[in-house]
Amino acid sequence: MDNLQELLHGFTIAVTVPHLVLMVIGVLLGILVGVLPGLGAPNGVSLLLPLTFGMQPVSAIILLSSMYWGALFGGSVTSILFNIPGEPSSVATTFDGYPMARDGRPTTALATAFGSAAFGALVGVILITFLASWVAQVALAFGPPEYFAVYFLAFASFVGMGGAAPIKTVVALAIGFAIAAIGIDTVSGSVRLTMGVDELVKGVSFVVAVMGLFGIGELLVAVEEEVHARAVSSKIDWGEVFRAVARLPRHGVALLRSAAIGCWMGITPGGPTAASFMSYGIARRFSRRGRHFGTGEVEGIISPETADHAAGTSALLPMLSLGIPGSATAAVMMGGLMIWGLNPGPMLFVDQKDFVWGLIASMYVGNIVAVALVLLTVPVFAALMRIPFVIIAPLIVIICVVGAYSVSNSYLDVVMMLGFGIVGYLFKKLFYPLAPLVLAIVIGDKAEDAFRQSMLMSKGSLGIFFANRLVTCLVVAGIALLLLPLVLQLTRIWRKPTSPAHETTSQEKVII
Amino acid sequence: MRSTSALLLSAAAVVLAGTMPASAAWQPQKPIEFVATAGPGGGTDNLARAVQNIITKYKLTEQPIVVVNKGGGSGAEGYVYGKVSAGDPYKVIFGTSNAWQQPLVSKVAFNYTDLTPIAAMAQDEFLLWVKQDAPYKTAGDYLKAAASSEFKMGGAQSKDTDEVLTRMIEKTGHVKLTYIPFKSGAEAAVQLAGGHIDSHVNNPSESLGQWRGGTQRPLCAFSPKRLPQGPKITATEGWSDVPTCVEQGLDIKQYEQPRTVWLPGKVTPDQAAFYVDLMKKVQATPEWKDYIEKTSQVDTFLTGGDFDKFIKEDLEHLKQVASEQGWLIK
Repeated sequence: MDNLQELLHGFTIAVTVPHLVLMVIGVLLGILVGVLPGLGAPNGVSLLLPLTFGMQPVSAIILLSSMYWGALFGGSVTSILFNIPGEPSSVATTFDGYPMARDGRPTTALATAFGSAAFGALVGVILITFLASWVAQVALAFGPPEYFAVYFLAFASFVGMGGAAPIKTVVALAIGFAIAAIGIDTVSGSVRLTMGVDELVKGVSFVVAVMGLFGIGELLVAVEEEVHARAVSSKIDWGEVFRAVARLPRHGVALLRSAAIGCWMGITPGGPTAASFMSYGIARRFSRRGRHFGTGEVEGIISPETADHAAGTSALLPMLSLGIPGSATAAVMMGGLMIWGLNPGPMLFVDQKDFVWGLIASMYVGNIVAVALVLLTVPVFAALMRIPFVIIAPLIVIICVVGAYSVSNSYLDVVMMLGFGIVGYLFKKLFYPLAPLVLAIVIGDKAEDAFRQSMLMSKGSLGIFFANRLVTCLVVAGIALLLLPLVLQLTRIWRKPTSPAHETTSQEKVII
Repeated sequence: MRSTSALLLSAAAVVLAGTMPASAAWQPQKPIEFVATAGPGGGTDNLARAVQNIITKYKLTEQPIVVVNKGGGSGAEGYVYGKVSAGDPYKVIFGTSNAWQQPLVSKVAFNYTDLTPIAAMAQDEFLLWVKQDAPYKTAGDYLKAAASSEFKMGGAQSKDTDEVLTRMIEKTGHVKLTYIPFKSGAEAAVQLAGGHIDSHVNNPSESLGQWRGGTQRPLCAFSPKRLPQGPKITATEGWSDVPTCVEQGLDIKQYEQPRTVWLPGKVTPDQAAFYVDLMKKVQATPEWKDYIEKTSQVDTFLTGGDFDKFIKEDLEHLKQVASEQGWLIK
């Protein structure tokens, strides 16, 4: 167990007073940028980057990665309390986290999210510790067709999930793909769908879309229905924080399954966003209480959060060992590595043992520090829910407007954000699902690039998606997930015709 | 290369000496924004942040500097931003040669003439890379193998520097290559390591780690002379051990990508001179040398007439390749 020895050596580097202080500072700053929408981890890390130039590389990466953990946790706070996801990967957390918080259980929702996130991160780090070299090889097997197959699998696991009418899911997906296509196309290099607006060449930012769709959209619905016009009475209850965490082991199956999905998507560079969506979709299919998902189910929070953090953590491995950044934040950190004079790549593990193992050890310690700090802040954040709606509603509008503007200091983004708010409202009123739309906006262009790169490689033959075992398995699994609901429905119809009344109620329940 | 850039440096210094008194006439009065026309972590972003860091460290200006990333649309977002900020001397745009290349091949809402050129500060070299265990040892072998089977060449973006160079290789080497565009050079490097493509033409810094890690190796450099001697990358070889492509029978003498600095259009000559002077001071620091060495770039400084001449020549060349490929937009 060479790795174990290296890890212990790493701990001697990570667990020193200056490094622990850096971790606390990093985590606190991270929570701050995570909670403030429009800032987010990549911006936070790039703001902090110049300060680290004079530091030892290992201290610098500990500070930056702690900030990353803090931001990941902080991002979940706004998703759960205000339905505004700060990062693409916390979108799926809103589906059940927000209903639960509105239901008067914000403390439970936050504590559950943080607890399962910490579990996911832990599994991710353990994986990195013991399987570093093997994992690096897996990622290398991924060419364009394999990438496409992974994205296809993510879409399939979500689309086939049921809930909204399938045709509405397809419509939502199609709109999402169209939005993802705006801007410069990687494969042809030409400008698409800018409709004469020069500024649209940069594409539509995820943050802008999501703040409108979720934040403003939800607000419009709430104003109309007046159901949320009351403050949620939530006691500041420290005991509930610990009870919620203590209840987690009861959902052991969901935790392990989500951690496995997360690690797999983190290593095969599918990324945390695809992981959290996929995990949510699969949990909904296989959970005993799957029908209640979208109304504040505990497993609906556990699944995306665990997968998100497992993927986020294990995604740092391809960055270190191969120099592929798994997320925007990882890309900034990689820039940092180069400036500190380190070159990410296979040799980092040989040349810079202190750095690599100091970082890995700091991931254990940093995550513990982060979860302790965020759990302490839960009651404070939960107390925000007690503010009356008449006060919080304008605040949400301000936050969304400032957040959208600060993405790239652009007025157009604010207008688009408000436009997306109206789209979000219409989607909710007409029972169109928002999740496929967001999924398509976030990974639609990547899926498209991968598909077209594959087509270039194979000269237009679809056979490339069945060219080797790996890609065939992924594609077949995707098709199976896609067809499963259809088959289930057919067998149900064949056995006994379902009553139409039942259909509509289940449809109305699931308006995510 | 070294002697020419030294020559250019001294020429630039003379030009600068002439403008010194003028530059004292204008000083920034509020915070300065550095616009990187690339996402965080890329080469352009690294340059902007390195310059920011040096200026702050040596207090080369009293005003604080913020770096913002506007990398959307392969950098077009940042250039368009520069265009609409005409007359504002507090926005400095950091880019590459795509400032003049992109408008030629895609319908973007800017041209390099909308901006005020300040300087080209560093040149990134290009190399031909293959997988470590590939059978060919020289560019000649590579071309021979490519002639009989169709090779896949990876690169960053479409109709950008990497694809232009690929088309040049096709033409000079009489081969046909399938070009697969990826988002970045780093992505192409990983695809080569996994054997999904046959080669790419990354800059040194983009594949340094991969070379050291033994997943891929450079066959030759698209440079008139061998690259400068530096520390060894692998156990036995460093950049200066990589032969030039011309040596190996692939007759492309020089292909480089400059890192460029711009101001928005319609700024006064005083204001432009201030930034030329500022960049000049940055370049004289040991931190700059360090940055150049770590990123394996070539130190250079083109400004004024030399910079214009460079752009014109590069444009001429690109127009030729682009019209052959049918890329020119009407």
